[in-house]
Amino acid sequence: MSNENLFFQAFVYLTAAVITVPISKRLGLGSVLGYLIAGVIIGPFGLRLVGQEGQDVMRFAEFGVVMMLFLVGLQLQPDLLWRMRMPIVGLGGLQMIANVVLLSGVGLLLGLSWQTALAISLILPLSSTAIGVQTLTERGLMRTPGGQSAFSVLLFQAVAVIPILALLPLLAANPAVDQAAAQTGLAGWQQTLLVITTVAGIVVGGRFLMRPVFRFIAATRLREIFTATALLLVVGITLAMQAVGLSPALGTFVAGVVLAESEYRHELMSTIEPFQSLLLGLFFLSVGASIDFNLVLGQPLLIVGLIIGVSIFKSGLLIGLGTLFKLGLSQSILFAFALVQGDEFAFVLFSFAAQSNVLSENLAGILVAVVALSMLLSPLFMIAYDRLIEPRFATASDEREADEIDDNENPVIIAGFGRFGQIVGRLLLANGCSITVLEHNPAQIELLRRFGWKVFYGDASRIDLLYAAGADQAKLLVIAIDDSEKILEMVDLARKHFPGLKLLARAIDRRHAYELIRREVDVIQRETFSSALDMGVEALKLLGVRSYRAHRAAQTFRHHDEEALHDMAAMAEDDSALMARSRQLSEDLEQILQSDEREMDHEVDRAWDLLAQQQESQ
Amino acid sequence: MKAMGQPNRILILFAHPALEKSRINRQLIRAVRETDSITIHDLYEHYPNFHINVKWEQELLLAHDIIVFQHPFYWYSSPAILKEWQDLVLEYGFAYGHNGTALQGKKVLSAITTGGSKQAYCRQGHNYFTVRELLTPFEQTARLCGMEYLPPFVIHGTHQLREADQIALCVEEYRTAIAALRDDVVDWQQLPQHLYLNHYLYANKLTNNPVNHSVEPSLHVQ
Repeated sequence: MSNENLFFQAFVYLTAAVITVPISKRLGLGSVLGYLIAGVIIGPFGLRLVGQEGQDVMRFAEFGVVMMLFLVGLQLQPDLLWRMRMPIVGLGGLQMIANVVLLSGVGLLLGLSWQTALAISLILPLSSTAIGVQTLTERGLMRTPGGQSAFSVLLFQAVAVIPILALLPLLAANPAVDQAAAQTGLAGWQQTLLVITTVAGIVVGGRFLMRPVFRFIAATRLREIFTATALLLVVGITLAMQAVGLSPALGTFVAGVVLAESEYRHELMSTIEPFQSLLLGLFFLSVGASIDFNLVLGQPLLIVGLIIGVSIFKSGLLIGLGTLFKLGLSQSILFAFALVQGDEFAFVLFSFAAQSNVLSENLAGILVAVVALSMLLSPLFMIAYDRLIEPRFATASDEREADEIDDNENPVIIAGFGRFGQIVGRLLLANGCSITVLEHNPAQIELLRRFGWKVFYGDASRIDLLYAAGADQAKLLVIAIDDSEKILEMVDLARKHFPGLKLLARAIDRRHAYELIRREVDVIQRETFSSALDMGVEALKLLGVRSYRAHRAAQTFRHHDEEALHDMAAMAEDDSALMARSRQLSEDLEQILQSDEREMDHEVDRAWDLLAQQQESQ
Repeated sequence: MKAMGQPNRILILFAHPALEKSRINRQLIRAVRETDSITIHDLYEHYPNFHINVKWEQELLLAHDIIVFQHPFYWYSSPAILKEWQDLVLEYGFAYGHNGTALQGKKVLSAITTGGSKQAYCRQGHNYFTVRELLTPFEQTARLCGMEYLPPFVIHGTHQLREADQIALCVEEYRTAIAALRDDVVDWQQLPQHLYLNHYLYANKLTNNPVNHSVEPSLHVQ
């Protein structure tokens, strides 16, 4: 049934995803399980719409994982990563050591050779970053202590894959050539040097080279060229890392962390994100399609037993570790369940181990099936957590979340950091509020960065960029750009996508203010109103009016004018009616200010004791 | 502390929200000219939005020996800004409390104008309480800060003060009062025996304004 036609394949994959994923999501099973099931359905053991080329697709789709780590890196500033060093090294390291010791012991008891037992104990406990991060993010659990711990372990494993790859050939009965060396044809020390040079190159290049490049590209104002540059960066790093025999995912992760400091962070995130999600979906699809059900049906008891055994062993160990690190029971369970699935890297490592004669082909096949099926089962663990475990701890975990300080995203987003936005931002910063600033003019960003401002590049009227800036978690969005049409667009977009977000908009002129009032924006500030009013006060003072009176007059004026503004915004956009109303309102104002003056007269000169005085004079 | 024989340095904290409409206070404040030893601080003019510069106000206090609160008597108290000034400037650790000794030994004078006559401020009058009773928050504030609260300078019945020569008498009385305090010609021992500073001045023949003295002065000696 398989067709060589690319479009037909694309059609099959897309149809499967479009049908299955929404259903799965609706049933509360999450997107990952949807993709996996879709993969099984179209795979060799379902409708047989995809066959062997599924493996090639998977290889291509692994690029989605690479992109995902780039995005994960972008979300982690170096200082945040540094603060996480304890859980990464401590939890990750302990997890690996405990697994190796215990699992290889079990392997030896089962009569495996020590090499085989060691190889399995290294590979089987790895957990899929793709599934772990995706399920945690989808459920909004990434920032919980359990989620953070799970992420730390995944990060450690991503690094650990490299030494494992190097170690496997040494375990072989008759050692094959070192894989990395085979790729590059270099001696060991040259290889090491090359690795260090490449990683250093990514760090230095990301820090000093990429910013001017992105600035240059951004100045062209061509969106697709920026996209192309971002993709080029990820593809380039992937190629470079493959060339030196390192994990591309690790390379892009490092690049992501380096670029997390740059002003292009949010723009890069929103650019890469759609590619990443599609490829990751494709990756899950191909994992589903690649599960060898013949093998499973051949030895059902062994495989089911292995899955159950491994799952219980893994989660038991992780819960223990979580408790050791004082996560609390509920968070420890979350931590364990997020990591219960096998790792996509295991497919690569098992086949590599089989090639190096560390594992028999048959054993490798069984283990691959176990890993794939555990990936299929992992969303079920998360559902169990959601439905059964979390509700029991609801109060406890609430308290815990209140303690969590959101390191990454700020409660206030300021779009546009010119004359207007800067003043808002400076006041907020001076009061200890953290802000995320978006600005679309590269020259302005350059200037602001030189003054030590942390400003990100991007057109804030794009919804994906707002997402990347954390608008779904922010409290306030200050729209301080100077383009009146764009402001209205942003208001509409933000209202639609982030109903919980309070909007504060800059009104360019009176008509613009009417538009904003009609859209029920929470706070509207006419850009020149307050400063002009202040100057009016100063003028009155120079004319000899007492400053308190001038101040009060201005307050009265402001109050009246704002009322009038709302009044007139409610009226139809009929010019003559507006004119008449506006004339009427200014007459009203004059009257108010003058009667205010008379009231003052009473208030001050013939004050409350007037009555007393009248009585006395009777 | 000021040197011996030097004039007292006087700080007049003046609070009137609509001086442009004032008849009495405007003339009173004009009567005391700013000199080396007299500082006039117009609070409403200075802080139209009530944003009081506490540090600067405290420095002003330190640079003077006698603090005068001059204001019309609104709702048996001062206009709002003077309360705000007290709340902010008389800080713990500066004016009172632990180590709050910065103002000790200074003198405080309330210089107020009331619309009602003196007779209105007694048990039989419409205001029931006497001015001294109503001014007790100011008096106790001064005491807590270790300052001496002088008998107040009061101009009653401003509603009935229509004649220019009557007003001129009051103005002259105020000028004399401030000058006497500045030049240290006041008998500080005898002064507290009077209800009002006005009475002391009259009793000592420093002024001849009878406006406040329709009742025998001796009746007011506590």
